[in-house]
Amino acid sequence: MKQKSPLSPHLEIYTLPLTGLISISHRITGVCLSLGLVLFVCVLTAIASGAQSFAELQQTMNMGIVQLIYLGVIYALSFHLCHGIRHLIWDAGASFDKATMDRYATIELGASVVLTLLVLIFY
Amino acid sequence: MVEFVLPKNSRLIEGKTFKAAADAKNIRMFEVYRWDPDTQENPRIDRYEIDMDQCGPMVLDAILKIKNEIDATLTFRRSCREGVCGSCAMNVNGKNTLACTKAIDDYEGTVKIFPLPHMDVVKDLVPDMTHFFAQYASIKPWIETQTPPPADSERLQSKEERAKLDGLYECVLCACCSTSCPSYWWNSDRYLGPAILLQAYRWLADSRDENAGERLEELEDPFKLYRCHTIMNCTDTCPKGLNPAKAIAEVKKQLVQKNLG
Repeated sequence: MKQKSPLSPHLEIYTLPLTGLISISHRITGVCLSLGLVLFVCVLTAIASGAQSFAELQQTMNMGIVQLIYLGVIYALSFHLCHGIRHLIWDAGASFDKATMDRYATIELGASVVLTLLVLIFY
Repeated sequence: MVEFVLPKNSRLIEGKTFKAAADAKNIRMFEVYRWDPDTQENPRIDRYEIDMDQCGPMVLDAILKIKNEIDATLTFRRSCREGVCGSCAMNVNGKNTLACTKAIDDYEGTVKIFPLPHMDVVKDLVPDMTHFFAQYASIKPWIETQTPPPADSERLQSKEERAKLDGLYECVLCACCSTSCPSYWWNSDRYLGPAILLQAYRWLADSRDENAGERLEELEDPFKLYRCHTIMNCTDTCPKGLNPAKAIAEVKKQLVQKNLG
């Protein structure tokens, strides 16, 4: 008796190119940002609920782990924005040259780090 | 549907190891995906030591050597051995390519050979291409006309019109690009995938075809066309150096123009 055909291996054996890695990161940061928005609403609610909750919030925000989350959200936003702009350029039908793929991907990553640093410096 | 883990019957088990002759000096290890439909076993990875002093330079040469001299049960497709037929498409060290045009020396260490990813396996390195070619047929890959042909000549093209097919007509439908695309992995039942969409654009770009409107209407579908998320694995992996992602973007652009016009 013949058995059912197996499915050939995919994710576990495929080496994603840089563009592929950035693409999945764009998805993941998008999900994280949606969750971050819920946190953001919590923060706003705390600010609006009077002096005591404001002080408590300030204390919480100064905790190391919370600052790390905060930093993560800022980076996710910068990265998501940079790749979003890349998508806009692609949607216009431009910038598909194979030779430039890795270069532009590196620029995106660099820009997202710079944006994050700018936010940290000025706020 | 997104499924990260292989189904139970597809998970890999240890296979056999075939040692090279004792006097071989220049040995490379080849790990090859094996599955025999006549046994009840899961797919396995067989390991073959090959004496590179006695083997041709391409990945296909090594596979042929295995079949001819080491293990005649190894099954794979090949025909032209020069990148024109598209038969020997497979996944080598994590990327899809044609085994015949890929040099073994492009890799370091062990060479790992799998069938094209996320396909039903017929045997060993042979995937079931039925669905892929059915999708190809669905885009009507031939010239469709409304006007009668000229009385005294063929339907002619200018050099400029012909040039628009460069980078499209070279596609050999090996399916390297489509099976490299995560979007195609999860949605191949409804998403056409990069190879077929590049072919679709090949007919949209042909000056002799007179059915662009209907072709575009057929493609305007959240799944058939718009499951492309510009991941760019297709362009990265195409063994012919073509750019399916760009062709898909051109189709999307034509749709915008059609809907605005």
